[in-house]
Amino acid sequence: MNFRTFAAFVGPSVFMMLLFIAFPLVSVFKQSFYVTQPIYETVEVETCTPGFLTQTCVTEEKSIPKLDEHGEIITQTQFVGLESYRNVLEPERAWRAISEGSWSVLSTINFWKALRFTLTFTLITLPLVIGFGLAIAIVINNAAQAIRGPVIFVSLLPFIITPVIGALSINWLFRGDGILTAMLEWWLNRDIALFAQAWTIELLMMLYRVWHVAPFAAIVFYAGLQTVNQDSLESAVIDGASRWQRLKYIVIPHLMPLIIFVSMIHLMDAYRVFEEIVGFSSQGYVISLQWLTYDFLVPDQAGNRSISRASASAMLTMVGIVILLIAPLRRTWRDHKGGH
Amino acid sequence: MSSRALRQPLGLRLTSNFFLAFWCLVAAFPIFWITVMSFKSPVDAFDGNALNVIFGPATLETGKGISILDILMGIAVLWVTARLATKTLPSMVRTYTKPGQAWFGWIIGGLALVLGFLLALFVVLPAVLNVLNPLFGPLGRDVMGLTTEHYKTVWIDRGFSNNFKNSLIVTAGVVTVSLTVGTLAGYGLARSGSTLAFWILIVALVFRALPHSVLVAGYLPVFINSAEWLRPILGENAPTLYGKPFAVIAVLVAINQPFTIWMLRSFFQNIPAELDEAARVDGCNHFQAFRRVIMPVMWPGVITTGLFSFLLAYNDFLVTSLLLDAQNQTMVPAIAGMFNRETTTTDQVVAVAAAVSITAPLFFLVMIFQRQIVSGLTAGAVKG
Repeated sequence: MNFRTFAAFVGPSVFMMLLFIAFPLVSVFKQSFYVTQPIYETVEVETCTPGFLTQTCVTEEKSIPKLDEHGEIITQTQFVGLESYRNVLEPERAWRAISEGSWSVLSTINFWKALRFTLTFTLITLPLVIGFGLAIAIVINNAAQAIRGPVIFVSLLPFIITPVIGALSINWLFRGDGILTAMLEWWLNRDIALFAQAWTIELLMMLYRVWHVAPFAAIVFYAGLQTVNQDSLESAVIDGASRWQRLKYIVIPHLMPLIIFVSMIHLMDAYRVFEEIVGFSSQGYVISLQWLTYDFLVPDQAGNRSISRASASAMLTMVGIVILLIAPLRRTWRDHKGGH
Repeated sequence: MSSRALRQPLGLRLTSNFFLAFWCLVAAFPIFWITVMSFKSPVDAFDGNALNVIFGPATLETGKGISILDILMGIAVLWVTARLATKTLPSMVRTYTKPGQAWFGWIIGGLALVLGFLLALFVVLPAVLNVLNPLFGPLGRDVMGLTTEHYKTVWIDRGFSNNFKNSLIVTAGVVTVSLTVGTLAGYGLARSGSTLAFWILIVALVFRALPHSVLVAGYLPVFINSAEWLRPILGENAPTLYGKPFAVIAVLVAINQPFTIWMLRSFFQNIPAELDEAARVDGCNHFQAFRRVIMPVMWPGVITTGLFSFLLAYNDFLVTSLLLDAQNQTMVPAIAGMFNRETTTTDQVVAVAAAVSITAPLFFLVMIFQRQIVSGLTAGAVKG
């Protein structure tokens, strides 16, 4: 295929990606160094209230935004350097908190709090997703042929459900005297408030995420299990390998590429954790990096969006993604080199 | 697995099946439970006792309930629908459509099935049972509380049908555009072994990992001020892109593009290159070969990729909630707003009903397209 035909086929897609992914990235990078604000001017305002004999007049100085001839607020964009980054990271306070070794002070700064949660969330759910996925795949593979179809149907439900709704449905089971909280209380014979402290909410979020992603892992692994070489399994039996040894030395190495694939996808997706915060409405206790950017973008009571802070926090989130992707990308590059 | 040496002891088989049953329970329970809750009065829905939630005594007291006969008929309708979706529909699509147009048959068939199901369950069945219930004595007496009033509140009073329409517009737009653009690119990438193609794929992979809020931070200022910078090009009636469904469609298509081209590329690589080479030998150029030879055989891959595009657009919360105004809001952001604002238990149950309404189409989707979804999940993975 020559270059012109290739360009004609790929062109529209590349154009879309450049326009809507690459260009916004550049503009976010630029925005993070600028701040757009209304221009304020100080004016003397005289307010008079009717009084006896004469009016009572008060003059005071007010700063109000300047308006142009259409009556719209004039804004001005200013280069502020790393100011927005400083506002998000609050390095002085963070440094003081670290040198004092006080975690509770550090966690009053939203960015560090969000970073802490995002990283723990990603790292704790990863082994759970792989483990449960593998277990489910093995038991589905072990089940009778007739029930595999329905079982896969049921397994797909948590994966396919809208993430916000999935989180909400788990939330409803536990919130207040939700049915599962009531059961736990009856079982442990004590009062439980799962939404009153951060760590229980985090636990529920991880529970939700594992519930949501394990089916994906399970189905990928199940497909992999179909291609395990039966002959090497049988020879392992003849050599006296136990079930556990067969799993460890034949099945898992066979599934290794798939395990790496699922881990990579899961790392990318878990690092973007966001819907859980909305579904569990946990912003008072727990927030994630992506939620932080989202929160800056949502207009506040005055209708202003802090675009430049959002851009700064978005760029900082990107740094994490880049670190995450270095290893897999190097591997792909080496494979590509080797393939030619 | 027929070999005797590989047969498992009874204990292991029991444990395995027990774990499987447990997993199915865990997977289905939250969805089943919110469905049950959505049909009860608030007192029952948030009762601590599971049996009260299921049988709904408070709902029954208000005179809303169903009899054993109702339950049996309801189960029959569900069973017939499931059977139609999994057995009759695929075979009908195979018989009545030409190979190239199977997707069209699927869409028509799926819509007809859903409409028929809703009609049978909510219109025909109540009418028939109203007549039948008094005739059957104890079988026809109400035993279980059940009310559909929350669904009426959501869809009629709260204007959820408007949100539903917006969701339809956005998802339909995303699926169509994303597949058109993605199919061409996927084919080009699969048939070209050049380094440029490799780099495009790698960059797409990096784009796939980007948090969506990063991108939205880039769109927002541009979209809000778009009337200003589009004026030199489009003149006085330049649109403000903020709040417009078509802008969101473009954004979601772009976000979805990396995944789409990776997936379609792997499907196209499975179609032997000899096929289009033969067409080229017969005098077709690349585009003719694509249209005449590849298009008729690419539909399984395209349908699968389309399903995942649909899921992305339908499930999206972040992009739609930030870039659409209240009037064009889709279902998922609408319900999140509903849930955060409401405090009384009635409102909570209404939100539950809205959540179930959002989930129902997905349920049917899995029912009809289970095989395609599974093949899509494994397609990218198995080839590494």
